[in-house]
Amino acid sequence: MEEFIGAWAVRHGATRDRLLPLLHAIQEEAGYIDDAWVPAIAKALNISRADVHGVITFYHDFRRTPPGRHVVKLCRAESCQARGGAAIETAAAKLLGVAMGETRADGQVALEPVYCLGLCAIGPNALIDGRPVARIDAAALERIALEVAA
Amino acid sequence: MKVFVSRDMASVALGANDVARAFAEAGCDVVRTGSRGLFSIEPLVEVETKEGRIAFGPVGPGDVAAVLDGSHANRLGRIEHLLFFAGQQRFTFGRCGVIDPLSLDDYAAHGGWQGLGTARVMTPQQVVDAVKASGLRGRGGAGFPTGIKWQTVLDAPAGAKFIVCNADEGDSGTFADRMLMEGDPYCLIEGMAIAAHAVGAGHGHIYIRSEYPYCIATMRAAIQASAHLVAPFVLEVREGAGAYVCGEETALLDSIEGKRGQVRAKPPLPALQGLFGQPTVINNVLSLAAVPFIMVEGAEAYAAVGFGRSRGTMPVQLAGNVRHGGLYEIGFGITLGELVNEIGGGTASGRPVRAVQVGGPLGAYFPPSMFHLPFDYEAFAAAGGLIGHAGITVFDESVDMAHMARFAMEFCAAESCGKCTPCRIGSTRGVEIMDRIIGARDASVSVRPEPVEGLSSLADKGKASTGSVGTGEGYLNRALYSRSPDRIDVSIAAQTGLLRDLADTMKYGSLCALGGFTPYPVLSALDYFPEDFGAPAPIKEAAE
Repeated sequence: MEEFIGAWAVRHGATRDRLLPLLHAIQEEAGYIDDAWVPAIAKALNISRADVHGVITFYHDFRRTPPGRHVVKLCRAESCQARGGAAIETAAAKLLGVAMGETRADGQVALEPVYCLGLCAIGPNALIDGRPVARIDAAALERIALEVAA
Repeated sequence: MKVFVSRDMASVALGANDVARAFAEAGCDVVRTGSRGLFSIEPLVEVETKEGRIAFGPVGPGDVAAVLDGSHANRLGRIEHLLFFAGQQRFTFGRCGVIDPLSLDDYAAHGGWQGLGTARVMTPQQVVDAVKASGLRGRGGAGFPTGIKWQTVLDAPAGAKFIVCNADEGDSGTFADRMLMEGDPYCLIEGMAIAAHAVGAGHGHIYIRSEYPYCIATMRAAIQASAHLVAPFVLEVREGAGAYVCGEETALLDSIEGKRGQVRAKPPLPALQGLFGQPTVINNVLSLAAVPFIMVEGAEAYAAVGFGRSRGTMPVQLAGNVRHGGLYEIGFGITLGELVNEIGGGTASGRPVRAVQVGGPLGAYFPPSMFHLPFDYEAFAAAGGLIGHAGITVFDESVDMAHMARFAMEFCAAESCGKCTPCRIGSTRGVEIMDRIIGARDASVSVRPEPVEGLSSLADKGKASTGSVGTGEGYLNRALYSRSPDRIDVSIAAQTGLLRDLADTMKYGSLCALGGFTPYPVLSALDYFPEDFGAPAPIKEAAE
């Protein structure tokens, strides 16, 4: 990963304002940002390790541990709640066998909250491994559970 | 045969990709467009005929033959003639859903780049004057006059100036920025290029939230394809990372600079010391995208529409439990009731509307008795609410408003940047107060189920001990004793008073709108729906 970080900085710039793009690139590459890579990131952009740690921990998107093989991001915001989102959230947690905000012990699936996907007239909505799904009901949850079991 | 199918993220979530594939396999020439903006007819297919585009929707992948021979039951005819579209004034969204978003030819054929062409033969001051004369106000929510912001940046002496587009559309119930960027990205690019010409900026950033992956891909492709047309102005997309507070302009600037997205104290204004300390125009997507129309049609044409000091059009977004949800661009002044009941068609569930939240998670909840309110910045402010980004989230009678008030506090706690105390700590205390109110309310119901997570036992203890605390011992003693959880007066009246006190502190003591506006949903829920907070219901007005 140190080589990846160094090469990225050479290609895309080594100034501090490149920090978020670099973190996104690392997460795209590895799935998460290991604490062990923080010194290399700090060195590449000439900032302190504390600065890097502060940014990684501030933003909800950045993970410090490997993600589940499948990630279900379920919207918890008001418009989805107005369309029965809370019941879908409870049912999803039960069906997938994982609490909201956690990764299942076998690493197969993570259920994560998201606050609005901008599909607010057709909720409840989710991103299943990045694919948008709308109007989630009990039948749709069954299909999602089958999909993430693979 | 040429057919048009939307590639908008909402359409795709409803199955538009499968539909498009089926038509392509049947030998059709499929053009992927943005969304027309009415989601109850998605996935929508429009077939090109001599009489214009004939729409069918919703359509599934198995409906190809029936659509192509015109026999499909969901034949809608011309989109423009549908009730939902006939009344709209699409100044900004005129091309959205019509053109191929990334086709430069389509954009130019539909009036694209004319605004930039007009602006480039004007002096920067003339462009700023035109924007001022249009009456355009910041569409992100604050409603600050765009022309005055641009004047400040134009007048600021500096080597480098920036244009920043705030595309961190985090409010639930809003999707206009997303739809525009996915459906007509060159319109935003043109607006930013006009702003750059008007203030003398060389570089622009579009900060898009990571929850909008389709937007990010479309904008990046559009920037690349149109780079030669806006040169020497240079644009880049910056992807957010899941922090709602980065929709606040100074937090957004810090985020672009590679920092934690924390709010800056103002002054200095971003117009004078913004991105990298340089004068910066920071505007919402819709503000910038309104500018090409103003340049082409003239400031008077834009200002001719509207209500009071709110000029021009607003792309209103109907969301939540609404029958005909979608984007409805219309001049200011239409009433809330017309939007929800006539255009939106009431709730999707068919049950009566109980509340609507206008302006996202920081907007007030209004009951149907307030549906006479005209859509106007000043009218909403006077009623104790805000227009915000013009999202309207509809709730039916099953909603628990105390739960929604708790959610507002919970959301603020989850998303607070942590810089100021009223927001960082006040939001967590607010969740606790709401838990006590909900606990006491549920405990007061005679037949009650198992107590939830010890809340009602806490309530019982509190009630037992309140008599011994603070009786005639003065404020200081009460304050000292109040730190012990068993000594908190958990009665609904006391907690409601505490909630109002806390809301006051957050409203006047927070650095930005996150902490400062969270009281709007909380207090409006409490004021309009006191029965959900364990208090007597308000007396219904005769009008109802």
